[in-house]
Amino acid sequence: MLIPHPLLGLRDAQEFTYLGDAALLDRPDGGDEAAFFDYTYLRDNPAGQHRELWFHEQGDRSWLVVTRDTRTHEIVSAELASDVKRRGGA
Amino acid sequence: MHFSGFRVIKEALTGHKGWKPLWRDPEPQPEYDIVIVGGGGHGLATAYYLANTFGEARVAVLEKGWLGSGNIGRNTTIIRSNYLLPGNEPFYEFSMKLWEGLEQEFNFNAMVSQRGILNLCHSDGQRDAFRRRGNAMLLAGADAELLDRDGVRAMYPFLNFDNARFPIKGGLLQRRAGTARHDGVAWGYARGADRKGVDIIQNCEVTGFRIEGGAVRGLETTRGAIRARKVGVAVAGSSGLVMAKAGMRLPIESHVLQAFVSEGLKPCIDGVITFGAGHFYVSQSDKGGLVFGGDIDGYNSYAQRGNLPVVEDVIEGGMALMPRIGRARLLRSWGGIMDMSMDGSPIIDATHIDGLYLNAGWCYGGFKATPASGYAFAHLLATGRPHPTATAFRLDRFARGHVIDEKGVGAQPNLH
Repeated sequence: MLIPHPLLGLRDAQEFTYLGDAALLDRPDGGDEAAFFDYTYLRDNPAGQHRELWFHEQGDRSWLVVTRDTRTHEIVSAELASDVKRRGGA
Repeated sequence: MHFSGFRVIKEALTGHKGWKPLWRDPEPQPEYDIVIVGGGGHGLATAYYLANTFGEARVAVLEKGWLGSGNIGRNTTIIRSNYLLPGNEPFYEFSMKLWEGLEQEFNFNAMVSQRGILNLCHSDGQRDAFRRRGNAMLLAGADAELLDRDGVRAMYPFLNFDNARFPIKGGLLQRRAGTARHDGVAWGYARGADRKGVDIIQNCEVTGFRIEGGAVRGLETTRGAIRARKVGVAVAGSSGLVMAKAGMRLPIESHVLQAFVSEGLKPCIDGVITFGAGHFYVSQSDKGGLVFGGDIDGYNSYAQRGNLPVVEDVIEGGMALMPRIGRARLLRSWGGIMDMSMDGSPIIDATHIDGLYLNAGWCYGGFKATPASGYAFAHLLATGRPHPTATAFRLDRFARGHVIDEKGVGAQPNLH
């Protein structure tokens, strides 16, 4: 699987570490116990397009938000997580 | 139709013209007492025990494809009860005992073969952990033997004992563990349930739940609406998708796990061997193929196929353990979709919706659990109480902080 890194071009997915749903970018206040339980454990787990976090550990150590189809492994887009966050979250 | 030696000889002499289909192909009725969603191993076992053990008469199993098209047909067929934690070990040992009497009970050859499983250890720390695990198994009534290096060498002299990084120091052996024929298990349970009057309805996909006043009333399916007092969902791999139709989010991600089989070879591995340093396990099928697997690919997937890096990783594990595996050709590989739960342990519980029950989160290990999972789920559906061996598999354990951390790897699925 090749991930189209927005700065470095196509990179092998093996250079990355997967961290799950991109919704994890929006961490709730730890004081809100119910919201934090949802955040930590519950997942949407869709079949189809899934926005997810990939860490370019063996590359430029950037975090990406990758949109991938979980039924076909087709990757639709990849953007810097910092850009996504700046735009107002996942 | 009853299977027996006499019957086999009679059919052999009369041209095999007397064999009949193993189960009916009924039209869905408008209403059942209990509907099981998912015609895999766990769903069929649940239906079998509901009808056979708990006396439920109006039961149906709904399967979106054909029987055996899900994970029961896509695994590496290992059965074992070598678990450590009090919430786990009695359950898997209960399953092992059911395996031992299974074929006689449902009169079907599931090719249960207690050929033994050997977990190798490669360090003093790992051996201590195996000693502890073996003692936990003995305390729960299972069997366990700790082998030293010579003991392992006597069993499998061809292993790479002097691997520079992972020398083999010994192993934990469970002789009662082994393998079973996965299709035979599904067919045996399906036939057993059908003979007790369970309607097994194939090519019937659930498209929605009918929920009124916080209670489940029935299901919408591709073959029409079906009313039900109770609904049990056992659709491992697709639990997230199906339960989303009931408005629930689960502590589960779906991941792909690949398995492999080599060309047929002469008998060379008579048991199951696992490589404790990596995640590699191998056995030999009755047709001669080496059956082996390793880690999940590591990202959400419903593709039922994996990617090449994990193929390479698994083969590397195999080569490190038994270099001669490199001379065998790989015949095929396949991927099954797993419910990876957040603590790596299963869920058998009622949900907050009255009458809706969930059996999910089996991660890598659903096959060996098939009999006990079906029995425990049937117990829960019929009596409303959890089976004594399955009381820890609660859905709310994450919120309560009572996770079952069997592997000690934390809550992230990518660490399983």
